[in-house]
Amino acid sequence: MNHSARITARTCRDAPVLRQRGQREVFCGLTGIIWLHRKMQDAFFLVVGSRTCAHLLQSAAGVMIFAEPRFGTAILEEGDLAGMADAHDELDREVARLLDRRPDIRQLFLVGSCPSEVIKLDLARAAERLTQVYAPRVRVLNYSGSGIETTFTQGEDACLASMVPALPASDMRELLLVGALPEVVEDQAISLLGKMGVGPIRVLPAPRSAEMPGVGPNTVFACLQPFLGTTVAALQNRGARMIRAPFPFGEEGTTLWLKAIANEFSVDDATFERVTVAPRTRARTAITNASAVLRGKSIFFMPDSQLEIPLTRFLVRECGMEAIEIGQPYIHKGLVDPDLDLIPAGPVISEGQDVDLQLDRIRAVRPDLTVCGLGLANPLEAEGLTTKWAIELVFTPVHFYEQAGDLAGLFSRPLRRRDLLKPEAAGPFPETHAVAR
Amino acid sequence: MKLTVWTYEGPPHVGAMRVATGMKGLHYVLHAPQGDTYADLLFTMIERRDHRPPVTYTTFEGRDLGEDTAGIFKKTCQGAYDRFRPQALIVGASCTAELIQDDPGGLAGAMDIPVPVVALELPSYQRKEIFGTDETFYQLVRHLAQPMKKTPEVTANLIGPLALGFRHRDDIQEVKGLLCEMGISINVVAPFDATPKDLTMLGQGHINILMYPEHAEAAARHMERTLGIPYTKTVPIGVGATHDFIAEVAGICGVVPKADLSRLRQPWWAKSVDSTYLTGKRVFLFGDATHVRTAARIARDEMGFDVVGLGCYNREFARSIRTLGKEFGIEALITDDYLDVEKAIEEAAPEMILGTQMERHIGKRLGIPCAVISAPVHVQDFPARYAPQMGWEGANVIFDTWVHPLVMGLEEHLLTMFREDFEFHDAAGPSHHGTPAPKPVGVAPAPVRAIGAVMVWRADAETELKKIPFFARGKARRNTEKFAANQGLQEVSIDTLYEARAHYAR
Ligand code: SF4
Repeated sequence: MNHSARITARTCRDAPVLRQRGQREVFCGLTGIIWLHRKMQDAFFLVVGSRTCAHLLQSAAGVMIFAEPRFGTAILEEGDLAGMADAHDELDREVARLLDRRPDIRQLFLVGSCPSEVIKLDLARAAERLTQVYAPRVRVLNYSGSGIETTFTQGEDACLASMVPALPASDMRELLLVGALPEVVEDQAISLLGKMGVGPIRVLPAPRSAEMPGVGPNTVFACLQPFLGTTVAALQNRGARMIRAPFPFGEEGTTLWLKAIANEFSVDDATFERVTVAPRTRARTAITNASAVLRGKSIFFMPDSQLEIPLTRFLVRECGMEAIEIGQPYIHKGLVDPDLDLIPAGPVISEGQDVDLQLDRIRAVRPDLTVCGLGLANPLEAEGLTTKWAIELVFTPVHFYEQAGDLAGLFSRPLRRRDLLKPEAAGPFPETHAVAR
Repeated sequence: MKLTVWTYEGPPHVGAMRVATGMKGLHYVLHAPQGDTYADLLFTMIERRDHRPPVTYTTFEGRDLGEDTAGIFKKTCQGAYDRFRPQALIVGASCTAELIQDDPGGLAGAMDIPVPVVALELPSYQRKEIFGTDETFYQLVRHLAQPMKKTPEVTANLIGPLALGFRHRDDIQEVKGLLCEMGISINVVAPFDATPKDLTMLGQGHINILMYPEHAEAAARHMERTLGIPYTKTVPIGVGATHDFIAEVAGICGVVPKADLSRLRQPWWAKSVDSTYLTGKRVFLFGDATHVRTAARIARDEMGFDVVGLGCYNREFARSIRTLGKEFGIEALITDDYLDVEKAIEEAAPEMILGTQMERHIGKRLGIPCAVISAPVHVQDFPARYAPQMGWEGANVIFDTWVHPLVMGLEEHLLTMFREDFEFHDAAGPSHHGTPAPKPVGVAPAPVRAIGAVMVWRADAETELKKIPFFARGKARRNTEKFAANQGLQEVSIDTLYEARAHYAR
């Protein structure tokens, strides 16, 4: 008998993990600022970094939000690299100028980057010093969004984790929802839970610093995003307890997530049923409509947003897709196990990346749909593959019942489009078709 | 340390990527952390490239620091060579790798790579993207180009066009056409679509056409010095400049200056009576030096505009743009801080901005129409159609592009006549644009901008102001307020409005 995990695994939870070490093609944690600064309306994100960091933010934001945004980069210059004392003085000066110009700012995040970390610029110390100067008007926190420590959505994790120690202590029995979601989605979650009698409900991050939740041994919390491992640990350090559940994507994920919370708050089955039956039915109908073209199609996730595991669960179980590979920048087992449990064994689970080898695998299997970063989408389309940009999954409201159909739609649109365009228009493009020619 | 929100230029290694991505058969091994791979999307999304940029990043991590990052570089370099088999490699460091001082050039040089390896030293904490393009191309030329026998017939090298350039693809076509008229054929176009092997043939050319001084001036000078190839100083953007360019090329090459003007429509389009309304339109120019310089001449001499402000973001060309400003009787703005540019535009209150994608957004905020003349540009500035800036067709394209954001001539008159008609009212904006006219931003201005006292408008003056067509209203308001303030008034009446109008009448 063969006892290898590959043969005996029934769900992806016990599946072996493919780890390769080569070029990664993922954003760094600074990218999270793009959505975090919209969410926290009196916060400013000051990256201490290089021109590259500023350019990354600008490029990832696509210059979508050209109004003076609540983020900026303090670009290190030759002089700052020479003497450390200078860099701290310079930082103090830039912060003073900024807070003077933006009196509406109540929270200031000093965000570390690769250059600031390599030169060992101590932003924790700077944050402490500046808090003393500007408290109580402004609280200054710090976290790392650097590419040598964080990938893409990990930046949000680092940011939220940095806030936890500063949260007021509380003995209240409260439910805390953790993760930065668009307001419309957050409101839906709160309304559903409220109707079941669950409460009081608080959110982290709150839209304004004055509304930041308290935390303590009576706090129970549920994560809205699967990439919040450090934040979870920080909350547990404060005595709070996590409610474990699959993530609220799709009808099933939302129901299981709500159910876990309902159980914690002893909501009876009848109430749960009454509150969820209508939106569940709506979600199922919407998914059925939007997922028609997804059924039987194969999907390959390149590592990107960290949403790959819960989304695979949704696409496999509710949309009838077949997963070939689920790539993630890193796997936080403690958070995604409930999702992995629900995905039947079969797909390759990979952690980290060697992008060239991964592209070789994609070319070998030619999946119907490849989820990848913006740098790879057009080149793969030009090879005749169909792609979905991962970043849209982070920017678009996709959680909970009312968005379940939209979520399926995000994946089905590229496939529908491929079918709509006549073959000669849709590629594969001949070599000679390159832009540059 | 300098606080930056939006930047005109990326770091210098992005400049190197623009050269590498423009070329073929060249590979760039970049010592950089994973997040720096964002730069790929500039090419694949903004320019819609259908290949990955030929760049391999080492993507070292925090835990590798103090271990063997040099080893990671060597492994990556070997892997990239084995996989892509380029004709040449360029190697270098991004801002982070510059700090760990692994010396990619030295490491790669000591490896057994059987093709030329060109090491790039791009100081990330001092220089920017445009320096990166110029320096990278220069280094490639320095390593690869050789003195050699000239081609028997007169041939030219077109140098400077590269990836993510503003209309470079189409400018090449247009310049080739201009040269062809004079019987000059092409030896090498570079970096655009050139291979490293092509670069070794540069020495055969009789003349270098320096299309974009920003990206190839160092290489042009080097080739003049070492290969004896003269280069052109005129950039053929605009009718006058194109004529000058033809004369310059003919002079250098000893051929008869010839031009086929059969496709040139711009001069008649500018002269025809509908264009009367363009007279004295106040324009503000901002972008890279080359495009601003050429646009200034077009604006004044070929469109009849009034240039009320100009400047560039690339400091390397600051002196020449300052001189240009003097020629126009204005002080040039040299800055890479878009807030300064916004402030200058606000103060100059132009009727149109000719700028980059940044000025397009500034224009949106201030309610001023904007046409794009220079990089940095966005996806909409890479059109599917043929749309050069250079040569005769370029002149036609520029006329159309600059006029498009404005209200058309006849329409402007009708708006003035019927301005109180409920349907045909001015707030509807130019009839050929689907969206309503941009309005000055309603966003509360940042406190820093709240300068001076607030001027009170009497109700009748306010009503009278509304009768002024929308595209002139902002300026009228500002001029009137300035006039009133100068008169020591706190209030604007109808009389103030008309006195101000008389004062500023041109
Ligand atoms: S990877 Fe590092 S250097 Fe690059 S943008 Fe991110 S934080 Fe800045």
